[in-house]
Amino acid sequence: MISEEHRIAITGNQAIAHAVRMARIHVVAAYPITPQTSVVEEIAEFCAAGKMDAKFIQTESEHSSMSACIGASMTGARAFTATSSQGLALMHEMLHWAVGARTPVILGEVNRALAAPWTILTDQSDSMAQRDTGWMQFYCANNQEVFDSTLLAFKVAEQVLLPAMVVLDAFVLSHSTEAVILPPQDLVDEYLPPRETPVKLDPDEPHAFGGMMFPDVFMEQRYKIEQSMDIAKEVILSEIEEWEKATGRQLKPLYPYRIDDAEVVVMCLGTAFGSVRYAVDKLRKEGIKAGGIRMWQYRPFPIKQLKELIPEGSQVGVIDRAVSFGISGPVGSEVKSVLSPESRNSVYGFIAGLGGREIQPESVESVFRAMLEGSADPVGINWVDVRK
Amino acid sequence: MSFDYKPYLRYEKLPHMWCPGCGIGIVVKAMIRAFDDLEWDPRDIAVVSGIGCTSRAPGYLNMNTLHTTHGRALSFATGIKMHRPDGNVVVIAGDGDSTAIGGNHLIHAARRNINITMIVNNNNIYGMTGGQYSPTTPLGAKAATAPYGNLEPSFDLPHLLRGAGASFVARGHVGNGRQLSTILKKGFAHNGFAFIEVVSNCHTQFGRRNRMADPMNMIKWISDRAKPLKKFGQMEEDDKAKYFPVGVLFEEKDRPEYTATYEKLIKKLSA
Ligand code: SF4
Repeated sequence: MISEEHRIAITGNQAIAHAVRMARIHVVAAYPITPQTSVVEEIAEFCAAGKMDAKFIQTESEHSSMSACIGASMTGARAFTATSSQGLALMHEMLHWAVGARTPVILGEVNRALAAPWTILTDQSDSMAQRDTGWMQFYCANNQEVFDSTLLAFKVAEQVLLPAMVVLDAFVLSHSTEAVILPPQDLVDEYLPPRETPVKLDPDEPHAFGGMMFPDVFMEQRYKIEQSMDIAKEVILSEIEEWEKATGRQLKPLYPYRIDDAEVVVMCLGTAFGSVRYAVDKLRKEGIKAGGIRMWQYRPFPIKQLKELIPEGSQVGVIDRAVSFGISGPVGSEVKSVLSPESRNSVYGFIAGLGGREIQPESVESVFRAMLEGSADPVGINWVDVRK
Repeated sequence: MSFDYKPYLRYEKLPHMWCPGCGIGIVVKAMIRAFDDLEWDPRDIAVVSGIGCTSRAPGYLNMNTLHTTHGRALSFATGIKMHRPDGNVVVIAGDGDSTAIGGNHLIHAARRNINITMIVNNNNIYGMTGGQYSPTTPLGAKAATAPYGNLEPSFDLPHLLRGAGASFVARGHVGNGRQLSTILKKGFAHNGFAFIEVVSNCHTQFGRRNRMADPMNMIKWISDRAKPLKKFGQMEEDDKAKYFPVGVLFEEKDRPEYTATYEKLIKKLSA
């Protein structure tokens, strides 16, 4: 177990950097973008000061950063990059490539809205736009979780040979200082031993990578990726357990709040959950059976846990901080597709908090009330706090 | 009467976001003077930028302006110029924006010799994101991502651009605004891809880490190293490393310009 002595005050970005350092990373390739930049600055500092035995390269774009990470990963190295918003969008081609090439690269993704128009503030449109690439995604709500998730991401990714993103809200986490407990290095070494990979670029045993696949095998390759996603669900659970044994801290695919007897539930990802809890407490005082769920594990989608947690018959409002224009929020439609076949819940999609707009407790309360009053649209988009 | 900058500026957008003493203001001023000298109607000018401190410049200019994505200003500008070859298209970008993430577009716009003026405010650093080393950070200089000195050799931009096919290559610096304005004017008037490097100061991100936190010191450091092309040519080889030439470094007036060549083809085929 870890004592309180290991507690330090750091930002979310520093929490990622420390986790990457303790993971004994080999290659870090990155390109500056606000609000990610301080992740790699911290890493560059660690590398230069000899606190890390890693190579840091500042590339000429995010596209190149991801390419360099994939290249490094293919030689068997542990590789990491961090980015935000436009940078992640620019990586898009390579995100698919990392998955297809089965390289367990880890990416620190600081959620920032996409342009145009320009903003540097948070929403989840950047990472949600990458949901179909085959990357695992973990959305954090505090800096300790950022640290823990990063190490867990390495451990899981290297077992299932899929890359993973650790996602955190711009500024609210990335630049806010919180107390974080860093375990001793030997504990991390024990949890995350050096990477072993069944196949790699190796002069002693040459292989050809990046070949052409014809229709006779292409789909099977895709099927295998999906199979690994499935396996990842179990691996994540067992790694959560391992991490808890080592540190006493437990990560959860879904974080419930006063859910057991809830008749109306609001779900979201990231730090906005603070407002959800606040609104739940307020409604409970009025005698309304309200509850909340925060989703940490977004890919692979925790279908089983969601069904277990959400009380049958309850109304569920999903707050998305991203829009799939022309239909709804991405998480909202997925929750609908998971819960609706058995018609066990009515699910409503809400959009709030785009481009850094705060999701206040009142915003969440209005979401609850819309469901309670029956004014929420079950099919279309329910906009929250928007001047129409 | 003193020069009136007001018609060229979006006054309501001021004060600007740059640090006091930043070189970008000098570049903007020189641009305006050059536009005015050429009697260009602001309605016929499109100023395009990407991302970074320099790229905020068009926001303050009272003309057609477009603030695009990191590195891609020249690609947007190419689209504008293709459809409106009659208009004047100017790109202003920083060194990180134009030579790292946008490096590909830079060499290809030059190769095409499309009639766009490209101004690169080269302050040797990524200013806006907090001082990471760029492709023009000198070897050994300190940066946020190179706390013990930069290990990567830097670009010699005029050489790069000349090699890529730019038909006009020039350099000015922020220590001499009047001269810079004259150079910009020549670049604007040039029919073809005109590249102008402006040696500039980011005392906040580059200077602070390299013992030049004071903007005046940094501008002096730049001015002291600037030599007119002719004088530079007469220097001993050893001395050349300590200075940089300014002025029009290369010019080829009769190289075919891309949009004009295209126009000719259309005429020929539709004749
Ligand atoms: S950071 Fe540097 S480039 Fe940006 S405004 Fe300040 S001095 Fe100018």
